[in-house]
Amino acid sequence: MANWETVEVKTDLLILGGGMAACGTAVEAAYWAKKNNIKITMVDKAAIDRSGAVAMGLSAINQYVDLTGGKNTIKDYVNYVKQDLMGIARDDLVASIARHVDSSVHLFEKWGLPIWTDENGKYVHEGRWQLMINGESYKVVVAEAAKNALNAVDAQIFERIFIVGPLMDGDRIAGAVGFSVREEKFYVFNAKATFAAMGGAVHVFKPRSAGEGLGRAWYPPWNSGSSLYFTLMAGAEQTCQEVRFIPVRFKDAYGPVGAWFLLFKSRACNAFGGEYMVERKAELDNWAPYGKVKPIPANLRNYLGMLDVMEGKGPIFMETDEAIQKIASQFKDDPKAFKKKMKELESEAWEDFLDMTISQAILWAGTNTQPEEKHSEIAAAEPYFIGSHSGASGAWVSGPEDLAPPEYFWGYTNMATVKGLFCAGDASGASSHKFSSGSHAEGRIAGKAMVKFAVENTAMPKIDQEQVKMWKDQIFKPLDLFQAEVGKSSDPDINPAFIRPKMFMFRLQKIMDEYAGGVGANFMTNKAQLNRALELLTYLREDSANLAAEDSHELMRCWENIQRMWQAETHVRTILFREETRWPGYYMRPDFPRMNEKDWKCFANCTYDMKADKWEMIKRPIIEMKI
Amino acid sequence: MPSYVIPEKCDGCKALDKTACQHICPNDLMVLDKATEKAFNREPEMCWECYNCVKICPVQAVDVRGYADFVPMGASVVPLRASKDIMWTVKFRNGMVKRFKFPIRTTDEGTAVPEGGFPTASDLNDHLLMSQPESIRADFFTIKK
Repeated sequence: MANWETVEVKTDLLILGGGMAACGTAVEAAYWAKKNNIKITMVDKAAIDRSGAVAMGLSAINQYVDLTGGKNTIKDYVNYVKQDLMGIARDDLVASIARHVDSSVHLFEKWGLPIWTDENGKYVHEGRWQLMINGESYKVVVAEAAKNALNAVDAQIFERIFIVGPLMDGDRIAGAVGFSVREEKFYVFNAKATFAAMGGAVHVFKPRSAGEGLGRAWYPPWNSGSSLYFTLMAGAEQTCQEVRFIPVRFKDAYGPVGAWFLLFKSRACNAFGGEYMVERKAELDNWAPYGKVKPIPANLRNYLGMLDVMEGKGPIFMETDEAIQKIASQFKDDPKAFKKKMKELESEAWEDFLDMTISQAILWAGTNTQPEEKHSEIAAAEPYFIGSHSGASGAWVSGPEDLAPPEYFWGYTNMATVKGLFCAGDASGASSHKFSSGSHAEGRIAGKAMVKFAVENTAMPKIDQEQVKMWKDQIFKPLDLFQAEVGKSSDPDINPAFIRPKMFMFRLQKIMDEYAGGVGANFMTNKAQLNRALELLTYLREDSANLAAEDSHELMRCWENIQRMWQAETHVRTILFREETRWPGYYMRPDFPRMNEKDWKCFANCTYDMKADKWEMIKRPIIEMKI
Repeated sequence: MPSYVIPEKCDGCKALDKTACQHICPNDLMVLDKATEKAFNREPEMCWECYNCVKICPVQAVDVRGYADFVPMGASVVPLRASKDIMWTVKFRNGMVKRFKFPIRTTDEGTAVPEGGFPTASDLNDHLLMSQPESIRADFFTIKK
């Protein structure tokens, strides 16, 4: 039996994750911890400097409310999010983040993030809520502030530790278990309060590129559903797990389109030169009231383009050359100024990719594409789980006492329905459109609330050694199974006794693609397909006990794919539960093809009881914030 | 493969306390082969082409070749990252070369001050976060109940 050393770590606050949200939690909790004698432990499966979704950098900050400017209000942002999510959002959580996010952005600037400014020193907006940045080192700067804060207090940082599951003391979370991917060490963390922000989920569905291009997911492939798995197994209620996000981006390399649509004001046209946003406008009437308000919800913009593609009118092109020529044309009578403007626009267009999606620059170079000379294809990607962006999935968390109605408040801001478990970023749901800055702000909100929780709940929850043994045995089984059986076949991958995580992932992706509305099904599914998915997921779950791993890297892949599988099942059950189509363009149910405001203008939540192997599906009311 | 190591140039970071690319890869792909004392990408189909291995390599031994299942050959994108800015050299399939330079940070490495120099009220029981309300640059939003 693989006998790794068990390391026990006792702490007050346990921060699981090292991305934008977790760095927000760290930098905030460190401040309050100092005065209150609180110890902090932070755990990242990678290296904090470059972990999470902002690893490559970003070219824009997508949530900046600009309260200083005096034009935008919290109410405006709350309405914007509710609208974009077709009525399904927690106003209190959105307002809670929106009132703090500008503070995080101003801190980023102090820490060293360059934000574009105009000749008057004012921030350059990409759109109403978005700022342009020189964001190559965005994560480095944010991580540095978090580490500097932690280094000044009683704290420890662990990197390269993969967290698997929670430890429970009755209805309170006691900590977490995980393993090192660098040394043979099994970790048992015990804490008064545990924070989870371990990303969303990628590679749950079969992606469009299946060779080397598997790695070119829109959201990073290291997001494997860790937050969902952890909080679900802790018994935390989940929300919006039916809401997957499908980004429409530059095809294959998935470069961002925000600057092209909002800053350069580019059009998107089909193979016949038709503009789906214009030609299919009437479709929006079927999705009133949300389809009738500007900005048109992202899923509806997707849907109009999908209708073109399903009718064979693709490819869809971003008319980059037209957009650039139009902007530069204001200088057409001054050749020097024209040339200067063209060079400026070219630099901005390439920086947009080089700051955050370098592969798109490689693809442009590989296809000899100069945006000022030829257009580029855009296309809908495969589905993603990303509660921080235009998806909404995550744990159901308490709002703040001053903003939340009694139904949405249970003691501490951003606490899940499990005592002592806090979530933010991709781990918390129903608070879409936080993006990087909002996730950081939400992490900070949770960080302060956690310190308050630890100060008011000083008894350390107990570690149950039975649970620890159960996890340890399960976690390391793939290593033992591989060693025991590999010699019985000429091929280490083809063995009747085990399945390796790569092929396990491909099986999961095929199930989801074909039965849960993936690319291959044009994002459509129905009750029969969803039930078929559950049937096949049952076999997959049973087979997960026979995953095999050759080393600790592959062991991590085993557990990442188990996490993906649970994200998949949670998603399928929630789509089944919600008997309507509310987000065409994300998924459509031909068996319930229209929106049903009467029965389904509500949250579709769920819980899973690990001990009883039982799911509960729950409707929760939408309570609009009166501002 | 997406990121790959040039064996001639790689010295396995022998003079350093850790293998740089292995330290930084967010997806745990880069690893030192102890037998050859050179690094390699062990799972290139899981590579996001985030370029962190390329940027951190002290001897520029890591490069990226675009995903072969959808990028035509012959292109290259090479960064040169300094402390305050980054220069990119983009070579097209047709031989054209473009160079771009962008800022990456305005402060010196290591100097980020967590509270950003803003003062903080310090009531654990209210809704203000550290550096606030100053860092919001507007009145704090709340709803009286």
